[in-house]
Order: sequence, then structure tokens, then C-alpha cells
Amino acid sequence: MAFDPSSLIAPIVGGALIGLSAGVLRLGNGQIAGISGILRIGLRGPDRSWRPAFLLGVVLAGLLAAWRGGPDLAAGLERASLPVLVVAGLLVGVGTGLGNGCTSGHGICGLARLSKRSLAAVLTFMAVAALTVLVRRAGGWL
Amino acid sequence: MKGAAALLAGLLFGIGLAISGMTSPDKVIGFLDVTGAWDPSLAFVMGAGLLVAAPLFWLAQRRGAGLSGDALGEPAEQRIDARLIGGSALFGLGWGISGLCPGPALIDLFIQPVQAGAFCAAMVAGLLISRRD
Repeated sequence: MAFDPSSLIAPIVGGALIGLSAGVLRLGNGQIAGISGILRIGLRGPDRSWRPAFLLGVVLAGLLAAWRGGPDLAAGLERASLPVLVVAGLLVGVGTGLGNGCTSGHGICGLARLSKRSLAAVLTFMAVAALTVLVRRAGGWL
Repeated sequence: MKGAAALLAGLLFGIGLAISGMTSPDKVIGFLDVTGAWDPSLAFVMGAGLLVAAPLFWLAQRRGAGLSGDALGEPAEQRIDARLIGGSALFGLGWGISGLCPGPALIDLFIQPVQAGAFCAAMVAGLLISRRD
């Protein structure tokens, strides 16, 4: 299979927008664009502050994605079983709560500010996720 | 002004996620499947994101504050401890099972509401029970 460089345009443009968003929030407001933390504090409060505005922006982006993008954007999700999604969602929620960050907070913001803590977190969740997929492949659950 | 910047950041963030491919579990599992038909393209999401974010973060650090005048937020925790590693490992397990991390799951609410809704409800419950502060 030949490598098609045009397949990298979407990841690069999307990633650049995510980086720009994180930079706007940091340079503009001094804040960290970590989705799990924004969701946790933004929903529970009391110190909600700017977080509901950020989440409203994400909601608008979701509506735009549904309008212009369609089901391909979530390809694979239609085959997922609900009980498995609930278990995975719990793991992601508890894990990012305890670890204080996810792919955005540690992966983009933490690494951009050269945090050793975030590097440790990113290496851990990347390695465990890849290992999980390896086990799923070996077990025939992929 | 602060609210407008946060709204803009959330909008850019969500559009970036939708464009990047991170909202598709098939793409994400292809990226994590390093011993299979590995699709490394999602590594460029983080690469491009860091290339754009790093100089802006550096500028913020040099100013010592945001343009709004607010101090730079720093996480309360500073140590690499069992909680950080254990939590990140649980997150990695959930990510590897579902192919969804928190931001993309929110976008997918508008694309596959039933599946993403089940994931997000459990994720929010997990976030809320994971810590008291």
C-alpha cells in the first residue's frame, strides 16, 4: 500500500486548530484547555468561571460537525456496544479525574509547557492504550 | 472578553477535533494498533498541535500572565505519583477499549448521540466521583 501524503492534511490542520485553541486560552486568559478538567469543574462548580463558555463553543462545533460532516466523522462508533461504552466511559472519567488530565490537558497543554508530569501521563496513557489494543487484537476482539 | 476568548477557544478546539480524525474510533484504534495495520496519521494531530501551541505558551510564560491580566493557571499537583500514573493508566485502558477520549466524545454526541451519550454519561459520572474538589 503506497503512502498517501494527502491523508496527513486533515490531522495536521485539525491539530493546528487544537493547538491554536489551547494557545488562545493560555495567552488570552492564562488558562489550560484540558477537556476533562473543564468538563468536571464546568459541570460541578462552584468555580465555573469561563468554562461554560468554552463548553458552549465545543457544542457549537459539534452542531457544525453534524451539519457539515456527517456520520463518517464518528466511523466505528455505530458498531460499539452500549455496555462496553459505559465501562470505557467510566474508566476514562475516573482515570482523567485522578490523573488530572487527558489527551488535551496533558497531551497538548502539558507538553507545550514542558511539564514532566504531563510527559509521564502521556507516555502512560499512550502505552496502556496501545497495549489494550494489542490484547484486543490477540484475543480477537478488534 | 474572557468569556469571548473561552467561547472562541472551545469552538476552535471542537472544529479542530472534528477535522483531525480523533472523533472516529476506527481511526483512533488504527493509530493505537501498532502491531497491526498501524495508521500513524493521528500522531500529526499532536505534532501540529504542539508546534502551534508551544510558542503561544512560551509567550504567555514570558509575560507571566494572560492578556486578560489573569495569572497563569498552574495545576495544584506537581508530583509524579501513583495517582497520576494510575489515573493515566485507567484512562489509557478506557481509550484503548473504546477509541474515545473526552473531547472527541463530546463532538460525537452530535453525530452518534446514543453511543456517545452512553459513553459521555458514564465519563461525567466517573469524573465527578473521581475527586472531591
